[in-house]
Amino acid sequence: MNRSRARTWLFIGSIAFAFLLQLMPLPQPLLPLKPYWVGLVLVFWAIETPERVGLGFAFVVGLAGDLLSGQLLGEQALRLVVMIFIVLRFRARLRFFPMWQQALAVLALLLNDRIVVMMIRGFAGDPMPAPVYWLSPLAGMILWPFVFLVLDDLRGRLRVGDS
Amino acid sequence: MAIARNDTATLFAEGTASTLRLIAYLGLAATLMIVDHRAGYLEDLRRLTGVLVEPVYRIAALPADVARATRTAVVSQDTLAKENRELRDALLLAQARLNRLDALVAQNARLKDLLDAQTSLGLSVQLARLIDVDLDPFRPRVVLNVGASQGVTVGQPVIDAHGIMGQVIEVLGNTSIVMLITDPTHAIPVMVERSGLRTIAYGTGAIDRLELPNIPISADVQVGDRLVTSGLGGRFPAGFPVGEILSISTDSSSLFAAAQARPAAALDRSGDVLLLRDQPQPFGAPAPIEEIGPPRELAGPGPQVKVPPNEERQ
Repeated sequence: MNRSRARTWLFIGSIAFAFLLQLMPLPQPLLPLKPYWVGLVLVFWAIETPERVGLGFAFVVGLAGDLLSGQLLGEQALRLVVMIFIVLRFRARLRFFPMWQQALAVLALLLNDRIVVMMIRGFAGDPMPAPVYWLSPLAGMILWPFVFLVLDDLRGRLRVGDS
Repeated sequence: MAIARNDTATLFAEGTASTLRLIAYLGLAATLMIVDHRAGYLEDLRRLTGVLVEPVYRIAALPADVARATRTAVVSQDTLAKENRELRDALLLAQARLNRLDALVAQNARLKDLLDAQTSLGLSVQLARLIDVDLDPFRPRVVLNVGASQGVTVGQPVIDAHGIMGQVIEVLGNTSIVMLITDPTHAIPVMVERSGLRTIAYGTGAIDRLELPNIPISADVQVGDRLVTSGLGGRFPAGFPVGEILSISTDSSSLFAAAQARPAAALDRSGDVLLLRDQPQPFGAPAPIEEIGPPRELAGPGPQVKVPPNEERQ
């Protein structure tokens, strides 16, 4: 019982931590490399515990992100819903991919996410983004194995005492 | 046990992510975005949730604050000495300029008296600190530690020691969000200080570049010219430094020159900024004088005002 509560805390805590990372400042040259932390963490949980992360949950998390970043309300909600939909569709395959293939899949997800953002902002009247705009998915791909291993390890530790 | 649960979830993954639900959520998100973008009904919601959002900003800024404090604590002696020397030189220079300025201010006051002008040069400012959070790398916005309860309003210009930084676009309870002049959706009316040419400087999205895309080809602009606010448009007061021309080129139609400029304000370095309190004077003819005749207190009780015009004529 206690263990499952701890797992819930890990779930909530990791998402809250992702929001903080998202807001955290970086030196100017590194700024375009900042990955979409919230997306990465949510993708992990969608792969591991899909019964917790549905489209509705992604929508709510996205709304929270929009409120935090002061952007158009609904922008991140739409991005995350699209992302989680794709993950849940291909979850059975994604789970058993070797790490490098999984990282490539995450790259594709994040690139798709960038395209979605570009479309939304294009409709809102923003100009085309600079080329560095496309670097962030690469950073996300490189960081994915670490995100996966850290979260998976924490989750495994919480499970040991349970079974 | 956990594995078994995961397996059933795989079987029903199709159900959790059905296309119908996807379309419903996408429609909901799109509606929200359109309502937010077009009508701005959601500003009140943003203000309400500000209570929850502000602490998160403070927490996210903590590591950067700690890092800065550590850097100050461990920075070496000679760096500090060097910085101190530079600051002292700068202070001396500023002092000299100020002394000269005092004379000019006195002269200005005399001339103003002669012209019977009533507006004063005095600026009312409010000191604010940046909260070091990054809302979106591709939209240059900064967060200040003052908000509605400190009297900040939307549209106030923000300056630092070197020039205009941007303007307040959103006010929460104790924080406010500033759009920098380098935001791609921001434009600021400027004047070339040397020749008096008026034009508009647009943000480019890059933190160190402004763009002036429509300068007449015959206009008197040179590399190195300083740009100041022209005061047109009524949002920014006139005479504040905006930037310096870096390069000039002709556009594709060769009808206009396009110039690149570097912002004068230190946009990428965080620290203290000033919020201008006084909104600049609106342009155009001065407002008509409202009351002619004796002051209202002496004119008698209220009902006298409400006399209809036809009775007045009798």
